Amino acid sequence: MPVPAIEFRGVSFARPGQARVLDHFSLTVESGDVLALVGRSGAGKSTLLKLVNRLLLPDEGAVFVEGRDTREWEPIRLRRSVGYVLQDVGLFPHMSVADNVAVVPRLERWAADRIAPRVHELLDLVGLPAPEFAARWPDELSGGQRQRVGVARALAVDPPVLLMDEPFGALDPLTRAELHGEFRRIQSRLRKTVIIVTHDMGEAFALADRVGVLEGGQLIACDRADVIAASREPLVRQLLDALPAIPRSSTETPLPFTDVSRPSTGVVQAFRPAGEGGPEGPHS
Amino acid sequence: MRHLFSFWIAHRTELASLFGQHVLLVAGSTLVAVALGVPLGIFSARRPRLASPLIAVASIVQTIPSLAMFGFLLPVPFIGGVGARAALVVLILYGLLPIVRTTIAGLRGIDASIREAGVAMGMTPRELLRQVELPLALPSIVAGVRVAAVVGVGSATIAAAIGAGGLGEYIYRGLSMVDTTVILAGAVPAAVLALIVDAALLWLEKQLSARRRSGSRRAAVTVAAVVAAVVMLSSAAAARKASGAIVVGSKNFTEQLVLGELLAQTIERDTGLPVDRRLNLGGTLICDRALMTGDIDVYVEYTGTALTAVFHQPVSSDSSAVFDTVRTLYAKTGRTLLPPLGFNNTFAILVRGNDARSRGLRTIDDAARESPHWRAGFGYEFVERPDGYPGLAKTYGLRFPDPPRVMDLTLSYRALAAGQVDLIAGDATAGLIMGLDLFQLEDNRHYFPPYDATAVARAATLLRYPQVRTALERLSGHVSAADMRAMNYAADVEHRDVPVIVREFLARTR
Repeated sequence: MPVPAIEFRGVSFARPGQARVLDHFSLTVESGDVLALVGRSGAGKSTLLKLVNRLLLPDEGAVFVEGRDTREWEPIRLRRSVGYVLQDVGLFPHMSVADNVAVVPRLERWAADRIAPRVHELLDLVGLPAPEFAARWPDELSGGQRQRVGVARALAVDPPVLLMDEPFGALDPLTRAELHGEFRRIQSRLRKTVIIVTHDMGEAFALADRVGVLEGGQLIACDRADVIAASREPLVRQLLDALPAIPRSSTETPLPFTDVSRPSTGVVQAFRPAGEGGPEGPHS
Repeated sequence: MRHLFSFWIAHRTELASLFGQHVLLVAGSTLVAVALGVPLGIFSARRPRLASPLIAVASIVQTIPSLAMFGFLLPVPFIGGVGARAALVVLILYGLLPIVRTTIAGLRGIDASIREAGVAMGMTPRELLRQVELPLALPSIVAGVRVAAVVGVGSATIAAAIGAGGLGEYIYRGLSMVDTTVILAGAVPAAVLALIVDAALLWLEKQLSARRRSGSRRAAVTVAAVVAAVVMLSSAAAARKASGAIVVGSKNFTEQLVLGELLAQTIERDTGLPVDRRLNLGGTLICDRALMTGDIDVYVEYTGTALTAVFHQPVSSDSSAVFDTVRTLYAKTGRTLLPPLGFNNTFAILVRGNDARSRGLRTIDDAARESPHWRAGFGYEFVERPDGYPGLAKTYGLRFPDPPRVMDLTLSYRALAAGQVDLIAGDATAGLIMGLDLFQLEDNRHYFPPYDATAVARAATLLRYPQVRTALERLSGHVSAADMRAMNYAADVEHRDVPVIVREFLARTR
């Protein structure tokens, strides 16, 4: 049996002086899988991601990346093999789009004649043609374009693992739907191991092969998207009902959840004013 | 205005040299302050517990008046003393606070998500600092550098007080001569320099915050080139006497400037040795320390001042006893007191020349007889001092009908000449005594302590250059109170150039 790309084994974690965010949490993500973790704000979703690239270390248990405990990884090495996309993107405002994408290749001391074509290729991949966008500055881009640059930057040195923290949370519904399509297109080509955290059940269903539900520091359900949507587990049910959703565009695959669980509320959600993030804060 | 321009034209070489020194002081101190302040700011931005005390200390340093700071540094070995080195140290200390503060503010102002992105992408702390944090904090840091440099232009004027040169020399010279034109000759270029520095760094700051990397690179290159050019030009302009010269010092009032120039020209003419002038030093204490540390080789001191201010001995009115005491005390500390120049700059009891001639007045005793129908006017200091009016009245039995009028010392000369008062206590060598035809009554009961002007030199220098001793001894006894008054008058009232006045005096006496 192949080694799972990422494995949480009995992980507990608490911020100093606060209650536990994760309590004996276990999870396995197979190589090439896309897993969406859904939970309310403060459920520990971002903490989970930071445990993978060793921005944090677990208090108890262990996290394995490619079969190696993150404690044994050299942190700089580990982080450069794990792409990371943040909700507020974190593009460097003093660098052009091309320079932002080239950050990790430069850190890895690639030759200049290798970096330039790679940046070109990545910008094409995320739908921002290099001749038009390479020389632009982050403050000249729309939110969706910035997020695309963020994805290109995370993919720059072709890391096997990609972590996405509320990647499309701050975007308007139409842009978000568009980027969901882009994401699936890219993923079908690259086959990365991806963990996406989101508070949006619709987004989880739109992007992921598998969906995990996080509550009280533990994984209360983790299965294929359609199985989760049909779950009768009371806590999962409750979360499903409480979570906001966005409408599906006709080009996207219909989701079980729009048919089954919330046939009417989705329409109401669709007319939320753009820019309003929903009932929760931007971070989870 | 016309005076100002003709002054600049007449002194253009000196102006260029002082301007150059000023730029060098500011540029040098600012560069060092950046080199120290930015790392210090980076270091403490990450340790909040360190940052606040550090900023508190730096703020306290900045509240110390610069002259007091120079005073504190005087006795400190290596960095203290007089000259450009001590001035640089003070300017660097002043420049640190704004730079440290804005470095901390710039680093703390960076969006947490940007920093987190850098860490998550696998940047080492060093890479994060160089590629992300410093570029983003740069506009803020440059703002601090701008404050430091502009404040530095102002503080550097005070550096003239410890012989570091710069435009402050004109300001001090003008203040001591009460000549607005000379003050402005230094103050105006200093203000212009401050405005230029401010505008240039503001421009750089704007370029940097425009987030245009290529643009800011070009801006940085431009500024570096301009700074380099300015520094090179300034050092060319500032280049003065070679080392190995005899260094002549002086305090910061007209008579001292004249005497410093007198020593300097005498040494130059008689020995051919190069002379470096460190005139206008900020007072007795600074001159004395400078002589101790070897920053200057010789200056003119007054025996009474040396006795009380330098050696803290009780006042005495016996002039030769005072001279002997002071000479012994100087000898014990490696300094040699040369024979007196010939005049005593003590308090002078003055009356109108007319009165003296018509009534045959010669001594203060003569004046005491007239006092019952006279009015007296004294400066504030003279009324208060123990060796001032109360003792004088007792010694000579002065009985004025009204208490003496208290007035500004300079005004009292004019009040006497205009007949508003009949007797004043002035400075024995004041130029106005000559200008207003006043007469100094003899202190026949030797009430006032002696303030005989006499050169004091480092013994080591005289040993090494015996010809300097010979030259200085040749001056002894050749500068009378009348000579000194005439030279002070030429400088203070006629606004003539001190080197010219001295040259003419030396030509007359040889």
